[in-house]
Amino acid sequence: MDNKISIKAAHKTFGEGERSIVALQAVDLDIARNEFVTFVGASGCGKSTLLRCIGGLESLSSGSIEVDGAAINGPGVDRAMVFQHYSLYPWLTVMDNIKFTRQLQAGREDLTSADVEAASGRADALLDLMGLTHVRDAYPNQLSGGMQQRVAIARALLPRPQILLMDEPFGALDAQTREVMHDLILHVSKLEKTTIVFVTHDVEEAIYLGQRVVVMAPRPGRIDSIYPVELPAKRDQDMKLSSEFLQQKKAILHRIRETSGMRTDYELLERMTRQAE
Amino acid sequence: MSSHHKIVTSWNSLWVIRGHLSSRTYLMFALFGMLVPLAAWWGVSVSGWMDKVFMPGPADVLSRTYVWFKEDDLMHDVWISTYRVIAGFSLSAVLAIPLGLMIGTYRPVQAMLEPLTDFIRYMPAVAFIPLVMLWVGIDESSKIAIIFIGTFFQMVLMVAEDVRRVPITQIEAAQTMGANRREIVSLVIVPSAKPALLDTLRVTMGWAWTYLVVAELVAANSGLGYSILRAQRFMQTDKIFAGIILIGLIGLAIDQLFRWLHRKNFPWMYKK
Repeated sequence: MDNKISIKAAHKTFGEGERSIVALQAVDLDIARNEFVTFVGASGCGKSTLLRCIGGLESLSSGSIEVDGAAINGPGVDRAMVFQHYSLYPWLTVMDNIKFTRQLQAGREDLTSADVEAASGRADALLDLMGLTHVRDAYPNQLSGGMQQRVAIARALLPRPQILLMDEPFGALDAQTREVMHDLILHVSKLEKTTIVFVTHDVEEAIYLGQRVVVMAPRPGRIDSIYPVELPAKRDQDMKLSSEFLQQKKAILHRIRETSGMRTDYELLERMTRQAE
Repeated sequence: MSSHHKIVTSWNSLWVIRGHLSSRTYLMFALFGMLVPLAAWWGVSVSGWMDKVFMPGPADVLSRTYVWFKEDDLMHDVWISTYRVIAGFSLSAVLAIPLGLMIGTYRPVQAMLEPLTDFIRYMPAVAFIPLVMLWVGIDESSKIAIIFIGTFFQMVLMVAEDVRRVPITQIEAAQTMGANRREIVSLVIVPSAKPALLDTLRVTMGWAWTYLVVAELVAANSGLGYSILRAQRFMQTDKIFAGIILIGLIGLAIDQLFRWLHRKNFPWMYKK
């Protein structure tokens, strides 16, 4: 298998002494080139921490993360990141937000006019792909949440990153917008041939998007199990109602519930109902 | 629906919690709020309840302002006071903004300077006046120094807070797009904090006027604050009123100027 990302014995501790929390313990995982991997798990399982470590925003306490066989050291343009919200620059128009990376590069290198042209061509193509052409001169706070996330994705894709890291990017969107975004991001992953690592708390989303769903467990944060998704590569929304899909969803939800150590106390609820009567 | 009922309904709709007013209704309430105290003042002064020496009416204050303008060089007082405020305030801003930016951005700078600034902030600026007079003398620079002491330390802390309020995701997004430290400061933190910084300047400008009056009451021979103090010696209550109202009006004008700058520079905040 052609590995894009190799996580080896990753260990991450927050804090010191008795109060320290083990966010990641002995995490080993290989992610293939062009793979779409989704991470789910109860809160505190370390899925976001792992994503941030791959992005270089956090560093591991021990172990390593390799991209194309080279250990990563801090953030890099090869690994773009899309956050849940508040990551766009409200003082820049949609187009200027998308071209932000280009602005950084323009400040450093001597760009030929061909470079600049290629970059604006790329920006225009991304605007088109994301359905943003009609709002190119608008400011982010004039857009809906769904449109803002389209801008964030377009901005992340501009420098042609090989890896796209997504941290609950659709968590704040309504259900209908989210469905549209799911099909859009699947389309993007095929078109751009990007390796995508996607963290979510929504199991349905994880199965629909992922080729593999990685379930993580809390205290200490670790990989619990991995579910390969057997759906046809060309997804469509009706698949969410197929028995295959529902069975897998059930299995994963059960697994998360078991690892979280949290469950509904039916006895207590019944006692309270009796008292109320 | 009876017309009486309609009036009651529309009256009630004005008092919705955090409700909205049409701009016409808003203006009416604003005018009402301004005119009532003015009318009350005028009423008290003509009723004869209070001696005119202690409570001059609006007309007395207006005519005194005119005399001041004609015979006592009002414009010089306005000019010299405005100059002192702007000089002290600008000196403060020029030093406080970069320092606050550093404190809000880099932890070691924060650890080094914030507790110290917090400590000095609680020392009343007015208490520094004798020291300032000993060190700087009683020329222009002493007034500027007092305004500086009064505004600088507050300003540093407020700027640092503005900078810290820049959402961390905006910074992290820039990091993942390959921005280096310098680029994050100049392309993300500064533009992101700018609107809040301008508001901080607007608020501290008000304090600068307060310290101006303090400085002029103690050590000056010109300016609006000085004129107010001298008017007290000659029992010119109308001139005291005139001076206070003038400072209020200049302050209001500067405040509006800052608000206009805000709308002009940050159009993206006003588009919805």
